[in-house]
Parts: sequence; structure tokens; C-alpha cells
Amino acid sequence: MPEIKVTPLGAGQDVGRSCILVSIGGKNIMLDCGMHMGYNDDRRFPDFSYITQNGRLTEFLDCVIISHFHLDHCGALPYMSEMVGYDGPIYMTHPTKAICPILLEDFRKITVDKKGETNFFTSQMIKDCMKKVIPLNLHQTVQVDDELEIKAYYAGHVLGAAMVHIKVGSESVVYTGDYNMTPDRHLGAAWIDKCRPDILISESTYATTIRDSKRCRERDFLKKVHESIERGGKVLIPVFALGRAQELCILLETFWERMNLKAPIYFSTGLTEKANHYYKLFITWTNQKIRKTFVQRNMFEFKHIKAFDRSYADNPGPMVVFATPGMLHAGQSLQIFKKWAGNEKNMVIMPGYCVQGTIGHKILNGQRKLEMEGRATLDVKLQVEYMSFSAHADAKGIMQLIRMAEPRNMLLVHGEAVKMEFLKGKIEQEFSINCYMPANGETTTVTTNPSVPVDISLNLLKREMALGGTVCYGDGFLVSSEQALKELGLNEHQLRFTCRVQLQDPHSDPDTLHRIYTHLKSVLKGYTIQHLPDGTVMVESIVIKVSSSAEDPNTKVLLLSWSYQVTFLRC
Amino acid sequence: MKLYCLSGHPTLPCNVLKFKSTTIMLDCGLDTTSVLNFLPLPLVHSPRLSKLPGWVSKDGTINLEKELKECAGRVFVDSQPEFCLPERELLDLSTIDVILISNYHCMMALPYITEHTGFTGTVYATEPTLQIGRLLMEELVNFMERVPKAQSATCWKNKEIQRMLPGPLKDAVEVWTWKRCYSMQEVNSALSKVQLVGYSQKVELFGAVQISPLSSGYSLGSSNWIIQSHHEKVSYVSGSSLLTTHPQPMDQSSLKNSDVLILTGLTQMPTANPDGMLGEFCSNLAMTIRAGGNVLVPCYSSGVIYDLLECLYQFIESANLGTTPFYFISPVANSSLEFSQIFAEWLCHNKQTKVYLPEPPFPHAELIQTNKLKHYPSIHGDFSSEFRQPCVVFTGHPSLRFGDVVHFMELWGKSSLNTIIFTEPDFSYLDALAPYQPLAMKCVYCPIDTRLNFHQVSKLLKEVQPLHVVCPEQYTQPPLSQSHRSDLMLELQPPPMPYRRCSVLNLPFRRRYERVYILPELANSLVPSEIKPGTSVATVSAVLHSKDNKHTLQPPPAPPTKKRKRVIEEPPVVLAPKPLLSGAVPLEAFLATLQKHGISEVKVEETADGHILHLQAEDTLIQLEEDGTHIVCDNNEPLRSPERCKLEGN
Repeated sequence: MPEIKVTPLGAGQDVGRSCILVSIGGKNIMLDCGMHMGYNDDRRFPDFSYITQNGRLTEFLDCVIISHFHLDHCGALPYMSEMVGYDGPIYMTHPTKAICPILLEDFRKITVDKKGETNFFTSQMIKDCMKKVIPLNLHQTVQVDDELEIKAYYAGHVLGAAMVHIKVGSESVVYTGDYNMTPDRHLGAAWIDKCRPDILISESTYATTIRDSKRCRERDFLKKVHESIERGGKVLIPVFALGRAQELCILLETFWERMNLKAPIYFSTGLTEKANHYYKLFITWTNQKIRKTFVQRNMFEFKHIKAFDRSYADNPGPMVVFATPGMLHAGQSLQIFKKWAGNEKNMVIMPGYCVQGTIGHKILNGQRKLEMEGRATLDVKLQVEYMSFSAHADAKGIMQLIRMAEPRNMLLVHGEAVKMEFLKGKIEQEFSINCYMPANGETTTVTTNPSVPVDISLNLLKREMALGGTVCYGDGFLVSSEQALKELGLNEHQLRFTCRVQLQDPHSDPDTLHRIYTHLKSVLKGYTIQHLPDGTVMVESIVIKVSSSAEDPNTKVLLLSWSYQVTFLRC
Repeated sequence: MKLYCLSGHPTLPCNVLKFKSTTIMLDCGLDTTSVLNFLPLPLVHSPRLSKLPGWVSKDGTINLEKELKECAGRVFVDSQPEFCLPERELLDLSTIDVILISNYHCMMALPYITEHTGFTGTVYATEPTLQIGRLLMEELVNFMERVPKAQSATCWKNKEIQRMLPGPLKDAVEVWTWKRCYSMQEVNSALSKVQLVGYSQKVELFGAVQISPLSSGYSLGSSNWIIQSHHEKVSYVSGSSLLTTHPQPMDQSSLKNSDVLILTGLTQMPTANPDGMLGEFCSNLAMTIRAGGNVLVPCYSSGVIYDLLECLYQFIESANLGTTPFYFISPVANSSLEFSQIFAEWLCHNKQTKVYLPEPPFPHAELIQTNKLKHYPSIHGDFSSEFRQPCVVFTGHPSLRFGDVVHFMELWGKSSLNTIIFTEPDFSYLDALAPYQPLAMKCVYCPIDTRLNFHQVSKLLKEVQPLHVVCPEQYTQPPLSQSHRSDLMLELQPPPMPYRRCSVLNLPFRRRYERVYILPELANSLVPSEIKPGTSVATVSAVLHSKDNKHTLQPPPAPPTKKRKRVIEEPPVVLAPKPLLSGAVPLEAFLATLQKHGISEVKVEETADGHILHLQAEDTLIQLEEDGTHIVCDNNEPLRSPERCKLEGN
């Protein structure tokens, strides 16, 4: 029986360093290659030694597919391809291909330049890695080789996020990456057709949330910013160049427009144009509304948001500043933070995860006194807020996707074990399909039962549609038995059985036969029974003859004759 | 399998393919050359046009003064321009299941087909094709609607009268079916039926056939189509290009192994080299500007114009044209320029790389930013106040019969300093200019047609080797004007099947096989026996289950148990499976098997056709012949079974 094997190297009952190995129809595929933000040691990257102990991965993997540009899905890619060693194809969508190297470079800078780590991938390695990337278009069927084909579907979540359908022969797997089933401010909802995969591998970040509260969080965010501005405070939002920054910009831009607010919004320099440009150029990946109106008004050309100059930080009055980097560990965001930290009217909003050791991480943990370089300490008096804006499918959304794709089995990754357990129960109950949730390094094996495709001769098909009967099968072709014999140069072989039954009956032969005939007629209803003039009785195709024994005319010998095919009838 | 040909225009095709119970329309081209028979529609009142004399036949018997006007010896219809639609009588258009669009130029007749014909199907196109196609339709509607013409000329269409008219009116075909332009409402309704597809996407139609668009390299989102089942493959090649301009390169290898290849949309300018034409375009443009004249470029608002602008971007500085204003005037100019920048996935590799930087893929963004190129929705409004001469104007429509170009013809036509440069190959420039004669303005003809030429196409066909080629009849003979150029036609073996408007072709197809799926339960029960090395045979007894054009073989239902006298819920009537025996029984092996089963007293008797075996202990006769075996015995089931088994083994 053919099998599909799924082994998470990361994201098995966990969030972070997504990396899932799939073996299907003799092909090995790696889905995502992320890093874990919460670790600084070896656990940061997936354990590639699971694949092979010695050396390069190229011969063990047929392809690598990256679902989207978040680092927990692509952060380990240059490490895997350049340091462990993989030269095969890497697939990702165009926006992911464009944005992923920028985030990788940012990440590299933090790790190497700031924290002084060695044995990490270099800028050149990021470039070399990206050279191995083949861009994917939505819905395009990409033939990785003669047997393996992949197809990307829109996943929402972030710009360029995709779900992938992986197919070998009649077996298939869908991997969702991160997705969102409701359209948000700049992205559309995930969609997939009824592809009936053998396994649907889904993220389950919000496995227990029934209604995604993103709208509420947005309202919360706006309220906090607004209140701060109202009382004359300054709001600092540390962000990374791409992704969340644009979403929050749209949020504030529309809010400013609606509320007719005058306080300036700044975006730290060097980023604005460039980052927003990606969104303008990939506008086809955003939601319907933005796409429809982009000629008249490009949502990523912000009217209220202006470029920041460092001198503005000292300007009196309220303002909102987006500044990089997002974890307050260096650069402009840190400089501004230092300037504003002492005033309780001000506020810093952290819209994303912060790595341990960064100032962002410290203040989120409630630390109010920070040691700065040169033994100085910084009193943190401003308000600190944390807000997650990531767009994931909630339990309802996950169920909706299952209804869309109609998988035969379900496999959960990218979530917490307890929440998965809950969702698993719900899925098994509602859809009566198996639901798996392997831990990292644990292999789930699903047995598939594919139909066997064969080619039937058209004549036969047309005939059989009307009749039904026997056909012959060889070399993957179905033909009529006559044709099969002809093509193979064989003759049909007739096999008949004749059975002698003796019975005592004083009547003449024809009379005996007639009595048998009438008897059969009364017993075997619903069968064709004929009394033929040549002195035989036929029951369907069974021939019955009567003759007298030479010695004793009262002993009749009944000859029953039937063909081999009839024996099947009797069974 | 049949092909119905609804358009006679080789580059604006409209064919319908009937294949495996699906009816597929291939492209929906609108033949706009008919508008050349009409007077131009001026944006502002033109004294010259309104003073043109009416036409009266020489003998004075036919007076069509109101409908027909004469200009420089040619007669034009004074009416809203009309288009020659695809044939609508050849088959019932409401039976069409899907329409496949290959590029935005080949979808302009869509509203005529999808509206008011009972069409209920789906249109498939790529996203750029849909978006730019919508712009072109919007532009066309806008051109027509902003200068409404009350009168609609019909008298001249009378067969008797048309016969008497001077050419080319006299020879115009199907004039009764010509139609005025559709409305925006009809455009929106038609385009709402479009389903977007990506290159190499496989779309199943009713489970019977699979369609897939392939990059054709001609324009943004342009595609060729593969229409195939498991055993048959039709390729539809329309408007393809091997030149490296802005679109993604043509996918040639996927066209291989086609049973039939339908070939349309070859270059209309087989003798003009696009690169040479581009050079000529630039030098003529520079020359005119230097001499203080204006340059008018009649063009479509998408397509080659992107390449022209890119070429000018590089050329402007070196030719010292840095201060010359370039204007692009069209109701959709802005949209077209904006849309061109957002289709990174559909662009050639070089342009894709730019998007990763991120920079706009086309340099016209920079031309606009530096104010070298300005775009306006029409000559009215801002343009009239900002307009400086000498300048270069890109505007439509290339037929010179409507759109802002008409205004510039009237404005600049009288000065020999000015130049009109034709770059679009769809219209004969002499015909286009006819209603403006006499003209003082210089005319330069540099048609840029990047579609495949005959040399390229024969190389392509050699490469992909279709069994049969179908093409417009125009491609099977050299052009009329160059009848000696046998290199300007398709020469193939076997010769291509030509079609013309209203042809119905029977495509040479023999469908022999169909795909069925054997359910795993049934497949497991099969017992293949090897007949010769590499060939195994098994008999299959199954129930054929057909749904949505997908056939599966399921195990036959278990026969009803004998005890049940009457089966209330009758399962579908299953005819008894007939097992199959073949070959002959080898005597020696058979005897050996009998021995194995404890039957050793066998008397073998030779007959004419084979042998008779007498199993003495069992009082059984077995007649072995080449093609049959007969076993005669007393009622002795245990004995028959092993014999049967042995025979089944063969």
C-alpha cells in the first residue's frame, strides 16, 4: 500500500521554525525552513541532521517550498542551503522572493553585528541562496519533475503568502503555511478548490479561538494611539521595514482621514519609499478593494505619513513615529525610545515578537530600569503596549478550509499542543476523518489507497455503458476480451462439462424429457427454459438430454452439459 | 471533433472547437477594419469634413447624399462606425461552454457573444488580459460615446445598392451584420463572466477535457492554450512572439506532441523587421522635432507603446530631445501606464528582477516622474492649457476614424513640418489616411509586429511536431501583393488544413482510448497472468460507474443470497461476468497435474483434433482439443474442481 509520511522538524506542536518533511510517491519535499525566535542556540534552526548525518541535503530532497516571508518560515533557508548544503530547487511566490532576502539580511545584522555571533550565514550566502529560488505564480501547475507537481493558492496572512498543493500521481498533500480566512485591511481571504488531498497540513495558531479578534485588536490599537495623541503624547511604534508596518500605516492613514486628525505621522527614513514600493508593485496580491482602486488612489501612497528626520524627535506636540528596527535593539527606534522614555505621556507600541536580550523584550517583561552603555540607567516612564496583529485562521476558518478542500486526513502543525488537541477532537467529530498532530521528529504515516488509472478502448467503453460485461486488462489498457485475444495472438478456449445422472423412470425418452421440462418450469421461475425440437431442454445455456440405458429401458441417463462460464453462475 | 470558423481575419480569430462533448470558443476577435469605410468622428466640429460632397451614382439614379460622402475619390459612410462581428449563424452560440482568450486584442467582440445570445458559459483569461482588455474596451466605448452621431446609415447596405457603389465599399462583406459599438454596461456584464487563470494552470472542463494557458510571449498575459484529454491534445497558438520585449517568453515545449495545432495570429508584416522599424521610428521622430514639427503616433493604449516609450527613454538624451514634451492621450492612458507596472509575474526575467529591487519594471515611470511624459484622458481639460509645441503625441485610435487622433489629424495635417508615424500593423496606412487627403503632413510607416513570422513558425512547428496543422487560408499562399514570395507562406508535410470565415472542418482525429479508474478494492482482486514477458493479462469483472465524465470500475455487487426469494431493493441489473479462457491445454502438463491429484489411470487416445482422455477409475472422459475441452463424467463435483483449476492456470 502506498504511504505518505509527514515529519515536522519544526512547528510540530509548537510555533516557530516551521519545517516539515513530506515523503509522497517516492518524493521528498521540505515545506518551509524557518527559525525559532525564542532560542539563541542550536534549537534556533530545525535539526537537519534528521535528514542525513553527513553532509549535503541535495540528494535527499526533491524540492523545498517556502510559504511566506516571515522568518519563522524562511529564517533558516540560507543556513540550510549554503551551510548544510542544498542545491535543488526552492519554490516561493514572487513577493516572497522579493521580500524574504531583505528580512533575512535584517535578521543577520541583528544576530551577527549586534550580538556578535559567529558561525552564522553571510550576506553573500543569502544572495547565493536566493539564486536557487524559482518563483511561483498562483494557480500555476509547476512540474518539479515528471511526477511531482505543485500548485500555489492564495493564503492571505501576509503579502505573497501561499498554500501549496503537492501531487504525485493520484496522491496529494496540501500545506497551508499561515493563512487567514477573512479578508483584512490589505489582504484577501485564503482560497482553495475542492482538491481532496490525502492529507491537509494546516497551521493551528488560533486553534481554540472561535472568532478572530483582529478587528478588536485594531480598534484597541487606534484607541490607544488616539488617546495618547489627544493628551499631547508621542507614540513610538518600532517595526521592521516590511509587513506589519504597511498594515499599521494603512490603519492609521484611514483613521487619520476619517477622524480628520492633524498630528503628524512619520516613518523613519530610508524605508518608506522602498518598502511601500513592494506593496505597490505587488498590488495584485492585495485585496479586491485595494486592487480595484489602485489607479485612482494607491493605498500604499500615504498622504498623512511623511518621512522622518531625526531632528523631529525633539519637536513639541504629539506625533506618531514608525521606526526601525522592531525590537528596539539598535538604530533609530532605540534613539527615539531613549529620548521619549522619560515622559509618561508618551507610549511605545510593540507590534511584534522581541528576541530575548533586546530592549524590546525587557520592557515587555515589565522592566522599568534599563542599563545603557556607559553605566547609565534609563528610567522607563512611558506606557508600554504589546499588540499582535498577525492574521491567522481561527478554528472556524480552519474548519471552513477543511470543507473547501475535503481532505481525507488532517494534520496540525504550528500551534500549541493543548489547543491542537481541542481542535483535533472537533475535526474528528465533525468530519469523521483522522487528525494527526505529530511532535517534532515524530513521523506520521498515512496509507493511501489510490485508484489505478487504465486506458479503456473507446468502443468498449461505449458498449459497456449500455451493457456491462467482461473486459481484459494488460499493459494498463482495458479492451474487450475479443480484442485482447486478438492482440495477444491467442484463441479462446471452450470448456464444457457433461454430467451423467441416472434416474429411474418408466416413460419414453421424450416423455421423460417433457416431464423434466414441466417440472423445471414450475420450480425455476424467472429463468428461460426452452424445450427445443431436437430433443433437448435448455435452462439458460445448460443443455439437458435424456437417453435410455441400453440394459434397462427404465433407467434413464440424463446428460447435463454446461460451459465453464456457467459454473460461475452457480457459485 | 469539429472546428467552426467564425472569423476570416487571421489575427483577430474566432473559432469554435467541439471536442469530447464540450464546445469551446477560441478567442473572440473583433474585425475593426470595417471602420475604415466610415468617415472620421471629429471631437470638435470639422468644417472640412462637414463640407464633403455627398455621393450620387454617375448616372444619377442612386442618390445617397445623406449617407455617403466623397473625399479625394473615395466614398465613406457618414455614420457611427460599425464593426464586423464574428459569424453568428454558423452554430448556436448559446451552446458554447467556455471561451478561451489568448490576448487582450482578441477579446474585443466578447460583449457581442456573451450578451444577447443566451451564452451561459465561462470565459477564461489571464489577469493582465482581463484588465488591459477592459481598458481597451472602455476606451473604445468612450471614443464612440463622447461624439454621438444621431444618424445611422443603412440604405447603402441594401444589396442592390451596395453592388453599384465604388470599391472598397462594394466589396465589403456581411455589411448587414455589422454592428455599432457596445455599451459600458455590456462590457461590464461580459467581463463579469471571466474566470482568471494563471500560466500552466490546469482547468478541468466537466471532467472531460483539461485546458491550460501557456505564455505566448506576445503581450502582457498573452497565452496559447492546450486543450487535452488523457489521449488527445489540441494546441491553440494565437499571437505568439519569440522576440524579447516585455512579456514573459513563449512556452514552446509544452506544445509538443499535439494531435492538432490550430495556428493563428502570425505577423501581419512578414517583411518588416521590428527592430529596424523601431530604429526608423526614432530617427524620423528626432528629425521632425529638430525641424520644429510635431510627431503624431496613432496607437493602442497598451502593448507596443510600452516598448516605444522604453526605446524613447534610452533615446531621448542621446538625441537631445530632453526638453521635448511627450504626450499620451487616452481615456485610459493613466490606467494603462499604472497597470503595466503591477504585473511582475507576467514580465520577462529582466523586468522581474527590477521589481525585486524594488523598482518599477517599465522606465516610463521615470519619464512621468521627470515630467518628460505626460498623460491626459483627452484633449479637453488640462491638456489644452499645458500643451506645448513641437511635441510628440501618442493617441488612438490607430484606424484614425475616432478618438483624439482625429483632432490632431485635422490640426497638423496641413503642415509638411509635421509627421505621422504609423506603428500599429492592424490597418493599412493608406486606407487610414484616405478621408484626410489631400495631406501635407509627412507619413512614415514603421509597422511593429512582433508576432511570429513564417521563418520562425516553420522552425517552431519542426520543433513541436504536431500531427496536423489548421490555419487561416491566408497562410497557405503568399500574400497577393508578393505572389512570388513562396517563403511568405506555410509549407508543411502534411499540408495544413486551411479555413476561412464560415468553414466547418472535421479534424482528423481518431479517439481510441478513454481513461477509467479501477477502484483499489477491485484492483487488488485482479489476478494478472503473464502471457509473454512484459505482458500480463487479467480479466476484469466490474461495474462501470460514470459521473461527471469520470469513469470508475467498481467491484460487482455480491449476488443476492439464495435464500432471499424476492429481492425488494433490486440492485442494478448486473449481467453475469463471463470468465475467459484462452490457449490450448498441453497434454503432458495436464497429465502430470492429474497425477498430482491422484488420478493415474488415464487412457489417452489420439483423435483428429486432439486427444481423448479416459479416466478409468472415475469413469470420466476428457476431450482435449485446440480450442475447447469437454469433460464428461458422473455427478462428481470434487473431480471437476481440480480440472477446472488446472485449466484456469492456462
